[in-house]
Amino acid sequence: MSTTDDLVTRLRRAGALPPPGGATMNGSAPDPGATHVDRLVAAAVARADADDLVDVAWAAEDTPIGTLTLAATRDGLVRIGFGHDDDMLTELATRVSPRVVHLPARLDDLRRQLDEYFAGRRTHFEVPLDRRLSRGYRLVVLEELGRVPYGETVSYKDLAVRTGHPTASRAVGTAMATNPIPIVVPCHRVLRTGGSLGGYGGGLDTKVWLLRHEGALLG
Amino acid sequence: MRLPPFQTLLDEHAADLHRFLVASVGLHDGDDCFQETVVAALRAYPGLRHGDNLRGWLFTIAHHKVVDQARRTTRQALPVAEPPEVPAVDRHRLADADLMHAVRALPPKQRTAVVQRYLLDRPYAEVAAVIGCSEDAARQNVRAGLQRLRQELPQEVTS
Repeated sequence: MSTTDDLVTRLRRAGALPPPGGATMNGSAPDPGATHVDRLVAAAVARADADDLVDVAWAAEDTPIGTLTLAATRDGLVRIGFGHDDDMLTELATRVSPRVVHLPARLDDLRRQLDEYFAGRRTHFEVPLDRRLSRGYRLVVLEELGRVPYGETVSYKDLAVRTGHPTASRAVGTAMATNPIPIVVPCHRVLRTGGSLGGYGGGLDTKVWLLRHEGALLG
Repeated sequence: MRLPPFQTLLDEHAADLHRFLVASVGLHDGDDCFQETVVAALRAYPGLRHGDNLRGWLFTIAHHKVVDQARRTTRQALPVAEPPEVPAVDRHRLADADLMHAVRALPPKQRTAVVQRYLLDRPYAEVAAVIGCSEDAARQNVRAGLQRLRQELPQEVTS
């Protein structure tokens, strides 16, 4: 065997060794599941945020209706997705900015308020919203929807009337289906005329859960 | 321009990026260079003209950090006396850590070439993309790096 082959073998072996003591650097481990590299990434992202380089911050939040993926720009909450939503991050990269990184600190206020909401101790959200993903009539409808209080429901038709377009129920339905910020902008409070459930991006079970939680639906 | 979320790059390459930098500049400086690379990459990311070979782009930034770090180290280096004679018996047992120490003493291009090629198992095309040279030059840097390692390590260690 040639000298070079031996050297290469040794290089591969030596380079495969984990860095000594890496996992316990600084003696602090806020998240026991996080690796040394995870912590370095988090520190780098915090530095980047201080330099105003994080255009979209995201975090995952576990709730009684499953994991939610939350995303905020510097202007406010821009998007909520159901489940671990990688497609949502891709959509934000295209429509807002590719500088999308995990930065839970920017979503701390919202996460606390979601906790309170799901514990039954909060009936409305007080976080700044970034509405840039909604335009035109859809934006008008979603803003009107924000005035429907906890525990109440409206019909698609009601919202059409309230926004001055009484025949626009279909467009209202589209606005609901494309609501970028469900739960906080409460599209779950919109039912069909006559009270049947209609649809929901997070699944009908989730819609029923939320309406029962708010006391808007019995049983 | 459609670029994936920067998070995707971190998810896919952060571990290798850290490995590359620790191998190239050591544990302590590796951590610093890693953070600097992530911040610099995030700063430049939206200006990218295309999303081809994002891994190569990311490691190019890391390679530049290695070059910068090598410059700083050279400036700070003090003249040292001839190394003391190492007893022959110990030379047989030079640890992997010493091999990595020798890797970190290579000129930056050779260092990046050797680490990319053999520690991260990257093809020459990617080694070339990272260093910003031709594939032939990448091969030459790998060859020169190995040659130098053989010269600087006692024969017993490399054979």
